Amino acid sequence: MIAIIDYGVGNLFSLKSSFEEIGVETVITADTDVIKSADKILLPGVGAFGDAAKKLKESGLDKVIVAEAKGGKPLLGICLGMQLLFERGFEYGTHEGLGLIKGEIHPISTVIPSELKIPHIGWNALNIKGEKSPIFKYINNGDCVYFVHSFYAKTADENIIATAEYGAQLTAAAGSGNVYGCQFHPEKSGKVGLNILKAFSEV
Amino acid sequence: MITKRIIPCLDVKNGRVVKGVNFEGLSDVSSPIELAKYYSECGADELVFYDITASAEGRELFTDILTETARKVFIPLTVGGGINTLDDFDRVLKCGADKVSVNSGAIRNPSLVYEAAKRYGNQCVVISCDVKRVDGAFKVFAKGGRENTGMDALQWIKQCVDMGAGEVVLNSIDTDGVKKGFDLEMLDAVCKIVNVPVIASGGAGCINDFIALFKTLPKVDAGLAASIFHFGEVKISDLKSEMAAHGIPTRKD
Repeated sequence: MIAIIDYGVGNLFSLKSSFEEIGVETVITADTDVIKSADKILLPGVGAFGDAAKKLKESGLDKVIVAEAKGGKPLLGICLGMQLLFERGFEYGTHEGLGLIKGEIHPISTVIPSELKIPHIGWNALNIKGEKSPIFKYINNGDCVYFVHSFYAKTADENIIATAEYGAQLTAAAGSGNVYGCQFHPEKSGKVGLNILKAFSEV
Repeated sequence: MITKRIIPCLDVKNGRVVKGVNFEGLSDVSSPIELAKYYSECGADELVFYDITASAEGRELFTDILTETARKVFIPLTVGGGINTLDDFDRVLKCGADKVSVNSGAIRNPSLVYEAAKRYGNQCVVISCDVKRVDGAFKVFAKGGRENTGMDALQWIKQCVDMGAGEVVLNSIDTDGVKKGFDLEMLDAVCKIVNVPVIASGGAGCINDFIALFKTLPKVDAGLAASIFHFGEVKISDLKSEMAAHGIPTRKD
């Protein structure tokens, strides 16, 4: 059972449906006991970093997620949920993240040529880095996934498991031990995305 | 590198897909859910569902179909038609839409674009515009292309993007249904004034029309069409192979 964290950020319908499609049981929850008893945790999110970080903190869910992840439970953050795994973000001010992966969230405008459109929106190819992460076991280098974002994770190479080229090599996915994050939306990335979710359900 | 998107558009009325030629003489094509699944499997990069129902029952049926589609299709889904208020945004986003396209609703109430972008983010708000040449100038048409608003199209599109629209669908009434190619002149004019994705609509008749679109106007992000896909005149898998052969960045499935 995968606990999809419900903290009032974004629509979880597609995410839940994509796990249904691959026959993996999920529960959308904000209940600490349910999260503790789940095999894995999925942290979704759309919107702004500060708002989302605040909602996690106010609900106390931040502590549970961090404790469970540090205890070894597999955790996958998606889009803003991935960004929240890092130490801090610079969207409308400076905000603390969960600090599960070392690094910071910066505007992509600071690293890409000014003529490129922001947000980085659309299908882009994954450049899988280093030893292939277990969440990529069913996909190939160069497979395309769907992105919508204006900020990216600036982190050490060892934490980057895939990049996408958009005027710069942007962090497309990150990983540190049992903690994983996808900047893109696997639930909107067709078969490739479903295969990433399937691989996560098996780690 | 970001790939060029191919987007089939499904006009939905009373639970069925329809497509008009120059917006007139609608003809029934197929089941929206089946067609959406089929396109997704063929390599479509995104789908647009356009609700052309007028009645309340039809609207409810559309919402049911949308929910069922979002449960089975895992590519981005844009919904348009009958979007006049923030409640309409809310209604379709809850059913699994990723983006919402506004047209007449924004003409009647331009602040809708701003309010929606503020609440849901720019990436969620698509301004869809039906444009036709009148005495050599690009004019915005409302009510499914039947009524000249007298508004200058370039000014209107720029205004919408400034208010927060994250994407523009430009539908040329002059080329729609004619199948002789996209309206490159009109698209070029729009690409020059905005820095958000521009989706070309109206006029595609064959694979070469898409090749000409992306080769001539590299700033165009996507090509949208309906009947040529629905009637199998252009197969999406063939189209994407041809695009790749011409060096146009394309998603392989």
